[in-house]
This record gives sequence, structure tokens and C-alpha cells, in this order.
Amino acid sequence: MKVNGIVHPAPADPRRLLSDHLRHDVGLTGTHVGCEHGVCGCCTVLFDGAPVRSCLMLAVQAEGHEVTTIEGLAAPGAPLHPVQQAFHECHGLQCGFCTPGFVMSVVGLLGQHPNPTPEQVDEGISGNLCRCTGYASIRRAVVRAAELSPSPRRGEGRGEGRAEEGPHK
Amino acid sequence: MLASLEDAKVLAGGQSLVPLLNFRLARPAHLVDINRIPNLNRIYEQDGGVVVQALARQAEVEDSNLVGQRCPLLGLAVRLVAHRVIRNRGTVCGSLAHADPASELPATLLVLNGHVVARSTRGTRIIPAADFFTSVFETTLAPDELVVEAWFPASTGKYAIAEESRRHGDFALAGGVRYGDRLALFGVAPTPVLADPKNPTSGLHPSGDLEATPEFRLHLVQVVTDRLFPA
Repeated sequence: MKVNGIVHPAPADPRRLLSDHLRHDVGLTGTHVGCEHGVCGCCTVLFDGAPVRSCLMLAVQAEGHEVTTIEGLAAPGAPLHPVQQAFHECHGLQCGFCTPGFVMSVVGLLGQHPNPTPEQVDEGISGNLCRCTGYASIRRAVVRAAELSPSPRRGEGRGEGRAEEGPHK
Repeated sequence: MLASLEDAKVLAGGQSLVPLLNFRLARPAHLVDINRIPNLNRIYEQDGGVVVQALARQAEVEDSNLVGQRCPLLGLAVRLVAHRVIRNRGTVCGSLAHADPASELPATLLVLNGHVVARSTRGTRIIPAADFFTSVFETTLAPDELVVEAWFPASTGKYAIAEESRRHGDFALAGGVRYGDRLALFGVAPTPVLADPKNPTSGLHPSGDLEATPEFRLHLVQVVTDRLFPA
């Protein structure tokens, strides 16, 4: 399987969860494990580009597929991914435990709805639990991430015709 | 392969099965992962309705124009299944075979009079929804049979789905799905059940748990029925 563009061997144990494989075998501990039954969303990664729960997949199932973790969104030293940048700007985190999962879910949400309505924002983050922020700053971060994302507006959702280049502060 | 293994479970999306494995609530001796079987992920039209194959993800069904045109009720129901990230992986046929009594999709298949197609090395058989669900997590599937597809008839008449849950994406405490004059309830019996819209709680004995007492579930049945069949 490819993890963040690099080929890794599958684990010897077919019972190994993808989440445990990423953390313990590949050494990418940015993927967090909260509930281990798909409720909290902390372990969300991109599987062939779509967000999935890595605790609800066996690692061997990822053979031949591409997995992207939070570490794969932006190279060390490079500018942050727009969703990461937005969480930073809007203070969309406190303790940070849920953040990797939120960021990966929001990457998926903006892929589906580049310019989400408030309802789409709420539904898009409803599968992730945060016990610190009360979600208000996270919702702002999603809207900000949509502004920062280079994807074209397709007249979907709110579509207030923001300038593509415009991080207006 | 299913026929040759003792105590094997089919693994498709895994969004219900893997949590059970993680908690050791299910301990099958073997898992048969069907995800690499080719040409088993289609959504296509048949007899005016929609066929959903075993590896079609719930998110694909949600986004399908064909489902939106032919069976919009299925489109509504699938949106109530957990969250988008779960639906990216979970399958419609998996939800049917899992047969969780609180699940939306079995009740939707039942109210529409749809069926599943089960295949084994012995052959293929069509199982109507009314004959498929037998108890909590139990169906009439034989151990060597795989649900290869499910057929949802066209939902052209009046249709709606309503449920009450503690949080968005949670399992419903009680729910109902309407197609025309038919009503199927979920979350209130060991299987989805057809009910009389005029007297929906008749004969029901829902269980109680930390989330809801039996009396509260019966109350919710009336609430969702009133919502599905407005005067």
C-alpha cells in the first residue's frame, strides 16, 4: 500500500487494523485512535482520496490502495494545507486530539461540497467528536478552509463569489 | 470459499462488523473479504427500480442520479445511515445482511417490497424482504450464501422516512418509513415490521435500554407515524 505516496509493506498479521498499522508499524502517529468503533472520527484518513475510519478497516485491505494521513497533507516546512491553515487561523482546536480526524473529514467535505452551506458544514463534521471547542470555531474553520481552497466554485451552496486568490485578513 | 469454511463472516464495508470485532463481540473463525471481487459495485436499473450490488458504497448510492430518479426514498434513507465518512465505506447490501433492527435500509427494502439476491455455489435465489429478516442480526441467508445485490422497486408514490435518535447519525430509537399507504417501522422490534398507519403501535413490544424505555419507544412510533402520515 502507498501511505502518503510511499510504498509500505502490509503487516504480517492480517488482524491488524489500519489505524494500528499506521501508528505502530509505519510510525505515523498523527492518526489518532479514540473510540475504536467508528464513532469519534479521530482516526479518519483518506483512502483513495475519500475519508474513511482507519479503525474500521484491516490494514491488509489497503493493499494496492493509497492512504493519506494528516502527515501527508503538507510536507515539513512547506505551507500548511488550506484546511490546516484554516484550523490554525480560526483556532479550530484546543487539546488537538480530534484535530487530525476533523481535518481529514473536512478535506473530504470540501471535495464533495467546495462551497458548503451551513447545513452541509454541520453535517460534514457531525461524524467527528470534539470535547473542547464546542464546535463554533471548527465551523468557522470549515468556512475559512473553503475560502482558502483553490478549488473552483461551481455555484453550489452559498457561492458569494469570493476572489480565488483572496485570503483577506 | 464461504461454503468451505466453518464459522466465516463476509467482510464488505465493515462499518458494522469491524466494530463488533474490535470489541470482541463477534469472533468469527474466518473473514471472507469480498472487496476485491470485480464488477460487483454497480448501481443499475431493473424493472423500473434500482439494483444495488454488494460493493456499491452507501455514499455512491446517496450520490447516484439513478437512485434519485427511480428510488428517491432509498436516497433519503441512506442519508440517515451514520455519517458520510462511514457511508464512504459502508455498503447497502452489507446493512441488509447485517440486519440491525434499528437500521433504516432493511425497513426501506421491506416497505418497498424489494428483494435481495443471494448466491452460493449451489445457485442463486431471490429472497423477498418479507422473508429475509428473521430476528436481531438474523436473516434467512445460509452460511454459504452471499448477498450479491438488492433490488429496490421504484418509489413513485408518496414516500417519506422519519426517525428519532439522540444525536445525528446515531441509531434510531424508533423510526418509520412510508411508501404510499404502507408503513414499516424500525428500532422497535427484532426485525423491521409492517404496521397499520392508523394504529402503528398495535402488537408492538419494543425493548427498553439506557437510551429509551419501551413506553417511550411506543410514544415515538406514534410521533413518527403522525409525521409520515399528516392529517
